Amino acid sequence: MSALDMAGMPSYLENTGPRKGLAAWLTSTDHKRVGILYLVSMLSFFLVGVGIGFMMRLVQLTPFANLITAKTYNALFTVHGVIMIFLFVVPGLPAAFGNFFLPILIGAKDVAFPRLNLASWYFYMSGAILAMLSLFTGPGAPDTGWTFYVPFSLHTGTNVSLAVFAAFVLGFSSMLTGINFITTIHRLRAPGMTWFRMPLFSWSIYATSWIQLLATPILAITLVLVILERVFGIGIFDPAKGGDPLLYQHLFWIYSHPAVYIMILPAMGIISEILPTFTRRPIFGYKAIAFSSLSIAGVGSLVWAHHMFTSGLSQFAIMLFSLLTMIVAVPSAIKVFNWVSTLYKGSIDFQPPLLFALTFIFLFCIGGLTGVMQGAVAIDIQVHDTYFVVGHFHYVMFGGTGMAFFAALLYWFPKMTGRMYSKKAIYAAWFPLFIGFNTLYFTMLVLGWMGMPRRYFHHLPRFNTGHDIATVGSWFLVLGILMLFGTLIHALFKGEKAEGNPWGGVTLEWTLPSPPIAENFLEIPTITTGPYHFPQEDQA
Amino acid sequence: MSEPLLASEDHPVAHPGYATFLKVWAALVVLTGVLVLMSRFGQSSAVWGLLLVTPVKAWLVFYFFMHLKYEGPLLKGVVLITLGTLLIFFALMFSDVAFR
Repeated sequence: MSALDMAGMPSYLENTGPRKGLAAWLTSTDHKRVGILYLVSMLSFFLVGVGIGFMMRLVQLTPFANLITAKTYNALFTVHGVIMIFLFVVPGLPAAFGNFFLPILIGAKDVAFPRLNLASWYFYMSGAILAMLSLFTGPGAPDTGWTFYVPFSLHTGTNVSLAVFAAFVLGFSSMLTGINFITTIHRLRAPGMTWFRMPLFSWSIYATSWIQLLATPILAITLVLVILERVFGIGIFDPAKGGDPLLYQHLFWIYSHPAVYIMILPAMGIISEILPTFTRRPIFGYKAIAFSSLSIAGVGSLVWAHHMFTSGLSQFAIMLFSLLTMIVAVPSAIKVFNWVSTLYKGSIDFQPPLLFALTFIFLFCIGGLTGVMQGAVAIDIQVHDTYFVVGHFHYVMFGGTGMAFFAALLYWFPKMTGRMYSKKAIYAAWFPLFIGFNTLYFTMLVLGWMGMPRRYFHHLPRFNTGHDIATVGSWFLVLGILMLFGTLIHALFKGEKAEGNPWGGVTLEWTLPSPPIAENFLEIPTITTGPYHFPQEDQA
Repeated sequence: MSEPLLASEDHPVAHPGYATFLKVWAALVVLTGVLVLMSRFGQSSAVWGLLLVTPVKAWLVFYFFMHLKYEGPLLKGVVLITLGTLLIFFALMFSDVAFR
């Protein structure tokens, strides 16, 4: 069976069912269509988040901003965080690319529970709509920051309850997707697709799904407690009633730190797919990468209190969590060393997906190392709640997950759409994107090191130069993003037809036509080799 | 033949009789009484009561009412792993609360 055998068969993009147009998309349980639904909706939210971030940078252009009010600024950084975290980076790679490619990569025709899969998207959209409603209804947009910290979130008069409920609903989408993927990987692997023949993206999705399933309920119940506290004053976080405000921080970060790994693990999986394809050799240290995903998921679930070093945590706990935090660096470093070793002596084909994958490795290293710095208590206390944290976080989340998202989009775009984009235009977009990114976020690291607190509406004049540089960086960054998106949108309508295997990849998706047929495979393939078995290996 | 990992149609589960249910229910009532009694000796006693007695109550519910007793080793193992994970979370949180 090959792409040739399927030539002429209708692709998943063509409607063959009774419904037409938008209705066919909104009721389809095909994992590929659900993936596209996620992709389109979350990229739309991403652009909204970018717009808000851009506006915040404009506000910081002068020390005493008067572009908007301080209250609006508080709402902007809250909404920017909620949109980017809950609507883009958490669901981003698993929901969009996981949905589209996980079944294909393991040789299945769909996920284990296709209807539940579509229901997850509806939960996602419901949560997103509620989050948007919280901006424009009630007593005003929430102003707590995306962390909804008590006691402020309990007493502020803004629309926190609705925003918290939105995050609660979004959690259901995450949990249902997680349980769907775990079941799919356990039950629907093709004959011969043993655990160690699975592509590494599948491994990373598997590790991520466990975190989604186990950690998200903790956030859900915590957010319900916040609503109950706001509405009924039950006192679980209120010291005056015997409650403990730090309990909220514990519960929040028990989810939200592993959530960082929900965001970054699939990104690491994408990189592990792209590198073998563009170096024409198997990934170096397959098992080490697979197990490091699991150990990051495991150990990463035990380090949450490093977000709380200055909160009044006990000295013993600070020591313990600092130590555990350092341990997470080990499996992360294992991955980086293996990626770099894969490049060594590879037949490197410098295509756009590889460019963005290498960008990921570079930026993620800066993000990771600044993370290790903050794992050390002495430094963390110094830089806590400063722009250093904001810079570090954006290096990991945008430089890491964001760049991997772009890399995945560029890698799989021809497969998903059947169209090829202009590579020259992508290279041209990369320059402002990369330069703008570092100008913006590295300057933030420096500003934070100098003592600029995060979330401040005004800044001291001595920070003005740094803020100006960062703001100019944001202009370049936005330009790069718009050029990238513009190129892909152009390719969608006017791009050349893509071949079945434009990159010379060897995983299962490249055996299918571009775009794939509705049922993926005419017959389920039987797997006899590892995922990165290149023909030239046999000749060698 | 070895014990099946999961209960299934081929290996139907046994069901406890009403007498067992009543005994477990009685034990739960007694343990609830113990909890209420312990709460009368101050907050510290109430918290220790919750920490020690509630898991026993939960175990009884899991084991008899939710039929864990009649399940195969796989499901029992999964429950144990979950409880172990929860215990680790508790221990890490107590590293803060107990030493503040």
